[in-house]
Amino acid sequence: MRFMLLFSRQGKLRLQKWYTATSERDKKKMVRELMQVVLARKPKMCSFLEWRDLKIVYKRYASLYFCCAVEEQDNELITLEVIHRFVELLDKYFGSVCELDIIFNFEKAYFILDEFLMGGEIQDTSKKSVLKAIEQADLLQEEDESPRSVLEEMGLA
Amino acid sequence: MSDVVEKTLTALPSLLSLDSQSGKLSSSSKLGNLIRGITELTSKHDEEKLIQRELVSIKEQVSSPNTSMRQMKELMVRAIYCEMLGYEASFSYIHAIKLAQQGTALDKRVGYLAVSLFLNESDELLLLLVNTVLKDLQSTNLIEVCMALTVVGQIFPKDMIPAVLPLVEEKLTHPKEIIRRKAVLALYKFYLIAPNQVQHIHSKFRKALCDKDPGVMSASLHIYFEMVKEKPEGYKDLTGSFVTILKQVVGGKLPIDFNYHSVPAPWLQIQLLRILSLLGKNDRSMSELMYEVLDESLRRAEMNHNITYAILFECVKTIYTIHPKAELLEKAAKCIGNFVLSPKINLKYLGLKALTYVVQQDANLALQHQMTIIECLDHSDLIIKRETLELLFRITNSQNVKVIVEKLLEFLRQSKDDYITIDLGGKMQPDIPNSFLRLLSEGFDSVEENRQLRLLAVESYLSLLQDRPAKLSQRFLQVISWVLGEYSHLKEGLEPVTVLRLLAPLLDLRQSSTETKSWALTAMTKLCDGPACVSVAQELADRHGGSLDTVLRQRLHELQHLAAHPELRTRVLPRNVGLEPLEVDSSLSFLDGFVSEALAAGAAPYKPPHQRQEELAQEKALSVEPYGLSLPLSMSNCSVAERPYPTALSTSSGLSGNSTELSHKGGSGALKLEGVKRVWGKEGYLTQTEAAVPMEEMAQVEADREKQQLASSLFVGLGSLSSTGLCLMGKAEPTPHRFRRRAKGQGSSSGTSERSSPDSGSVPPHVDSAPHLPLDLPANNGAQEDLGEDMSASLIETNGMAVVDPDTYIDLHDPDHVHLISSLPGELSALPRSEITPLCSHASLALSACHVQTDRSALLVVFVANTSDSAARRFVLRMTSGDLEYSLIPSRPSVHMELAGVASYQLPDGEPQSTQFSYTLSLTDFIRPLTVSTEEYGRLWLAFSNDTKQNLRLLSEGPDPLRDTLGLLRDKLQVHIVDIIASEGIVACQLLQGQPCLMHCRVNAGCLAVWLRSSLPELPDCLLYHCQRALAEH
Repeated sequence: MRFMLLFSRQGKLRLQKWYTATSERDKKKMVRELMQVVLARKPKMCSFLEWRDLKIVYKRYASLYFCCAVEEQDNELITLEVIHRFVELLDKYFGSVCELDIIFNFEKAYFILDEFLMGGEIQDTSKKSVLKAIEQADLLQEEDESPRSVLEEMGLA
Repeated sequence: MSDVVEKTLTALPSLLSLDSQSGKLSSSSKLGNLIRGITELTSKHDEEKLIQRELVSIKEQVSSPNTSMRQMKELMVRAIYCEMLGYEASFSYIHAIKLAQQGTALDKRVGYLAVSLFLNESDELLLLLVNTVLKDLQSTNLIEVCMALTVVGQIFPKDMIPAVLPLVEEKLTHPKEIIRRKAVLALYKFYLIAPNQVQHIHSKFRKALCDKDPGVMSASLHIYFEMVKEKPEGYKDLTGSFVTILKQVVGGKLPIDFNYHSVPAPWLQIQLLRILSLLGKNDRSMSELMYEVLDESLRRAEMNHNITYAILFECVKTIYTIHPKAELLEKAAKCIGNFVLSPKINLKYLGLKALTYVVQQDANLALQHQMTIIECLDHSDLIIKRETLELLFRITNSQNVKVIVEKLLEFLRQSKDDYITIDLGGKMQPDIPNSFLRLLSEGFDSVEENRQLRLLAVESYLSLLQDRPAKLSQRFLQVISWVLGEYSHLKEGLEPVTVLRLLAPLLDLRQSSTETKSWALTAMTKLCDGPACVSVAQELADRHGGSLDTVLRQRLHELQHLAAHPELRTRVLPRNVGLEPLEVDSSLSFLDGFVSEALAAGAAPYKPPHQRQEELAQEKALSVEPYGLSLPLSMSNCSVAERPYPTALSTSSGLSGNSTELSHKGGSGALKLEGVKRVWGKEGYLTQTEAAVPMEEMAQVEADREKQQLASSLFVGLGSLSSTGLCLMGKAEPTPHRFRRRAKGQGSSSGTSERSSPDSGSVPPHVDSAPHLPLDLPANNGAQEDLGEDMSASLIETNGMAVVDPDTYIDLHDPDHVHLISSLPGELSALPRSEITPLCSHASLALSACHVQTDRSALLVVFVANTSDSAARRFVLRMTSGDLEYSLIPSRPSVHMELAGVASYQLPDGEPQSTQFSYTLSLTDFIRPLTVSTEEYGRLWLAFSNDTKQNLRLLSEGPDPLRDTLGLLRDKLQVHIVDIIASEGIVACQLLQGQPCLMHCRVNAGCLAVWLRSSLPELPDCLLYHCQRALAEH
């Protein structure tokens, strides 16, 4: 996988993860162009796109678009399931996730993503162990933290 | 779940205005304030102001010494947010590194996250991170180790890998599986960035592959996939292990945790399938190990869920990549059918993609789904359309190229996406740009239409050049250059200098090839008119005059010179006369003086490539066979299986297109079409006849005649492969050609009378489309004493089918095969034919063959004789050839073409017997005269690019050596003498299916200087060889 983007229907970027070296300028340009292309597509259209030399796999969950760029020879359907599994993980972690959870706790979403994908490849296909790893880290934070952590303020920890 | 999200989102505005009623949101958090602040704003300008204010305050706080690490973490989160919105916060980068260095575990995590989001792999600040990572890798805290491994796998640059590599490697033996897994993935990342740096740990990867934790094992597969891709032969020994793992996974042996929607570890399955396809490619023995598990995977993946489709798709891909197995291919084809016919658009897309992938191996599959493909061509989703075009592109052949190019152009006109345009433009393989250019230059009948088409081309190319020519493919740039050079004057108000300035940058492009640059310069030369252009030419000459490329310098010089001399330019490059044949001294006779001078000075005479090769071969080794196989050309025949494009399949299609018409010529004897389902007629698709297309598609078809027309024009050329139950000889794999028939009754009378009976021509051929009928050969000493039975089977080219002629009875005791000649079908006996040569004799079976040349085809007649006393049963004759298409059409010309076969049969009291034979045909058997006028000859000559020159022996005994020599060639090689003028002669011939070869001969210094040209690269050389032989034998 080359990169993963999460953006809203209004074209606001919510999360971006790049798995290959890309310059800041290219990143911005690609994000902008890709958002335009994906947002212009109608709901009944195919979830796959050939864009530049990449294959884009995207799926819309409520107002959020999850968008992955993979290589030409990669399996599109399984990429779609990568997205779905990530959403399942977010959902399980936040408890029926919504866009706001991801806006306000985007760093959490990043942690989950890092635990799920590494170097652009699925790290752990077992939902349980991903969440276990995240929870362990969270637990550690709590022991570490004084009671009024920022996260607690936000009602998260 | 998405419903829930939707619900929550509808509540979004109220959530934001009413202070955090869902416990998750905090009103007091600074990030929360920022986010809320932004949401409330309406204009982009306000947002910018707000963020700048925010950034200033963050900057103040991060640099203050009083800020605690916890506050720092919160600041970093805000900085990340600002960056995500597109505002730079580079001042915070160094603080992110500090946070990762100094913070406690929690702060560290945010610090590492910020670093990985802020910094690029090339950023020098990363150096500051190395020590932190090293420290964390050695930490006793698992979480810290995990974080370090994650960041190492995320952004580490090449030159920093050696620093951390030993520690990461050490982690491969860590007791915790999560650490081992992350270490493997980090190494995978290293492998991608710098493969040679992890070379030495290959044995450790093997250990990871055998890890008891499935997570670690599947992580190691990513590395294996890359390594196998790089060098498949190095990992063949692991095939068995991969197959075993896949078997276990498919069989549900993994812990239930790894299930995804009750499918066992789909990611793992797909990765294994991909590795297997790499290992099994072009490797029969490896592929055989996989068949069972692939079959199992196909069988298990039945549930109707996306994930099973993903596995199926990968499975199909693998099955079509590895060494084929008929049974699996059939199942895979069915699977593709399910994808294509699925109402779900994603699956349909993948179905098209799979078709694109397999169509080269199995054009039939595209035919089966032709109506779906036609529908997809008009799909509202451009992506589907695009993929359909890709598929069509793969089945392009000489007959449908026009329609397909039209479709492509139509798409290009609609498409707004640069990249797709370029990609499709670039897709145009050499033959397509050429036909496109011809379409442009020769045009239609209407002058106005021509003008419009050319104008459209000029306009669209101008806009492409204005945009970003660097992204266009070389071939496309060449097309653009030519079109602009020829036709840009059609656009009114367009100054030539404007075009020149657009073309000039092509010379500066780093990726431009010399060829492209030459095209551009030639175009400029054509356009160079007026003082402005002259100065551009001068500029170019100044800039590129020092180029090391001589071709380029030559063109520049031409440009400069012709720009300065307009009257000369109009003579050299006249405008608007592209079609008038230019007078070219094709034999380059003006160089004769130069050549003879050089020869006189002791230069070696020119030798064409094939002669040089031959001499080389003779020097190296003693050739046992005097001619033929020692020639490199005949050895280099590539096998049918290797041919990447479907052109090979099209060779007989022109004939199949006419099948209806031809079938009416009953009794002509050469064409026997009964038993063949006719699908393609002159008007296209014949709905009334029994078609090979499935019935449900037929139903849709009836209504829409137009689509059928389109289908027939798109799929023409694949037609002959459809419909008949017969498999086609010479096709890469699955089943060899076979023809079987039941022998006629044994009570027939003597041979010759049987021959003369009228059924030789009109009786339907006895080809059984049901291949189970055994063929019995009656006994030699049956009811008729001394009379054996013989049958001749001829392969008749026109319909791509085998035809078995009626029996004849002949006397086998005649040693000279004279009787065999008499048993030739009547309509063939008058035609030129080769000697009857025995192919083989085996126990009680004798095979002999000859070939007969008709105007339109070459027929192979195989005589089968049973010499035993009893009837032989189950006679089967199979033939295969790498050199010939299934109907004695050369797949590519070569000097000799080999045909091999197996005959098998069974005597009543014996075991089944089989015997092999082979038969060689010469190129001359396929050469026919080509009758053209001198003008046509001239036009053809210019159209061909493959040529060979050689001096041949001149028959000097007679009064007119040239006429004598050409006459001999005409008699021996069946060429047509077009014209003889003084000391020059032109000769034309063609290969059976119509590729012409032209020969220009000139008497020069006691030799015959010949120059051959053809559309096929191999043809001139091969024909020249036969000319030499014919003259040598005289």
